[in-house]
Amino acid sequence: MPAPVVAIIGAGQAGFQAAASLRDAGFAGRIVLVGDEPVLPYQRPPLSKSYLAGQSGADDLWLRPAEFYAKQQIDLIYGDAVTAIDRGQHRLHLASGIEFSWDHLLFATGAGCRPLAVPGAELDGVLTLRTLADADALRQRLEEAREVVVVGAGFIGLEFAAVALARGTAVHIIEVTHKPMGRVVSEPVSRFFTEAHMGWGAEVALGTGVVRILGDGGRVAGVDTTDGRRISADLILICIGVIPNAELARNAGLAIDDGIVVDEYLVTSDPAISAIGDCANFPTPFAPVRVRLESVQNAVDQGRCVADRVAGRPVPYQKVPWFWSDQGDLKLQIAGITIGHDTSVLRGDPAARNFSVFCFRGGRLIGVESVNRTADHVIARRLLAGDPALSPEQAADESFDLRAHARRLPGR
Amino acid sequence: MPKVTYVHPNGAREVLDVPLGTSVMRAAIVNGIDGIVAECGGEMMCATCHVYVEPEQLDRTPAQSDDEKAMLEFTASERKPNSRLSCQLVATPELDGLVVYLPETQV
Repeated sequence: MPAPVVAIIGAGQAGFQAAASLRDAGFAGRIVLVGDEPVLPYQRPPLSKSYLAGQSGADDLWLRPAEFYAKQQIDLIYGDAVTAIDRGQHRLHLASGIEFSWDHLLFATGAGCRPLAVPGAELDGVLTLRTLADADALRQRLEEAREVVVVGAGFIGLEFAAVALARGTAVHIIEVTHKPMGRVVSEPVSRFFTEAHMGWGAEVALGTGVVRILGDGGRVAGVDTTDGRRISADLILICIGVIPNAELARNAGLAIDDGIVVDEYLVTSDPAISAIGDCANFPTPFAPVRVRLESVQNAVDQGRCVADRVAGRPVPYQKVPWFWSDQGDLKLQIAGITIGHDTSVLRGDPAARNFSVFCFRGGRLIGVESVNRTADHVIARRLLAGDPALSPEQAADESFDLRAHARRLPGR
Repeated sequence: MPKVTYVHPNGAREVLDVPLGTSVMRAAIVNGIDGIVAECGGEMMCATCHVYVEPEQLDRTPAQSDDEKAMLEFTASERKPNSRLSCQLVATPELDGLVVYLPETQV
């Protein structure tokens, strides 16, 4: 019998991790890792942070050097795209004409920027940020820019805004909801970051949308907003969230619902096909509903989980989610999933730029958002790995020793 | 360039010239040294670039930040007094000759 073949579509953090972990787990078959970008697998988080700010270069981004893939016998095909999947014959077709058979198929296709459907969105100077190529274009434009408009106040938009503000560029942040980062963080943390950006000099317009983007000779010149204002700009970043890359999976007949639907083992509606990372919609003990998470932690831990299963050690995916964002002098660290909380308490002092918000639902701790307070974040990750057994009163009481409490809990 | 020696759990040694300003973690990744995982890429969000610094050389290494101390709670191998996150050991002339021991496991 020939050695089994695992084909991985997508060479981002999740796809890379699955390939590397398959070898770590002792998988001896063939591993084919297919990425559509023309470069080695790289880390995305710095693209909106240190890389954009010019504090790190492309050589700091590669997840591993080229020799790693040869040494680990991972067939890395990059700069090529999967065009079709034949589930019946277990075949994969690439744009270059390459075709091969697989025994297990893994979707790690990630997500793409949600487009802004307004007139003028095609003008020169209207950019998005997802890939290394995007970041290179944005970095170059930012050097010449005098006035930028950031459409969408999520992690990416605010991280970009912080970098632009630090350069002395005028920044307008336009957010259609009344709550920046509202899909991810609690009200107090959202408000704190909004005020921080205003303190750094940004103009922040909440509850405001873009009606049209204005051009001058094909280049962007500004925007008209839903509140009737005209803002001039020579650079516009559109960062209004992402859409999971699920078209290939949809065309292959897999179940899709805000991403590729998988079970607790990250298996799709076809037992020979899995999905991980930004493109996977999965059930989790950390939320009352299915989720799709966009994070390094999720990509890495799901990559490992699938690799272990394919190598013969199936374990349901139950890792504590965590996230981070760097904005100016502020480091935001989130453990757990705080959306849907009914109670939140503050620990620390926002005025001192050092605090955490502990979020509870039905009396149980579900997540903690920390600003410049890594010690709380570390403890939160421990607490959430089982029953946290923590009350809102204890969380808010700075004389209550959280570390000692975490140490008393079984298994942590 | 400062020379840094990486000692594997089986005793095997690898020596790298680490450019000034580059971390002991990044140098290991770029040069394909097994045993450093660096899941978060040096953002101090994980502890998968854990190393043990040669105890006699500890006073030559930069001071530990509170964040590093906190994150060292997540090491997969035993945390010892000479445990460091190698992403925080940025090469300076003082680090020339540094010896770091790789732990049994990072995850």
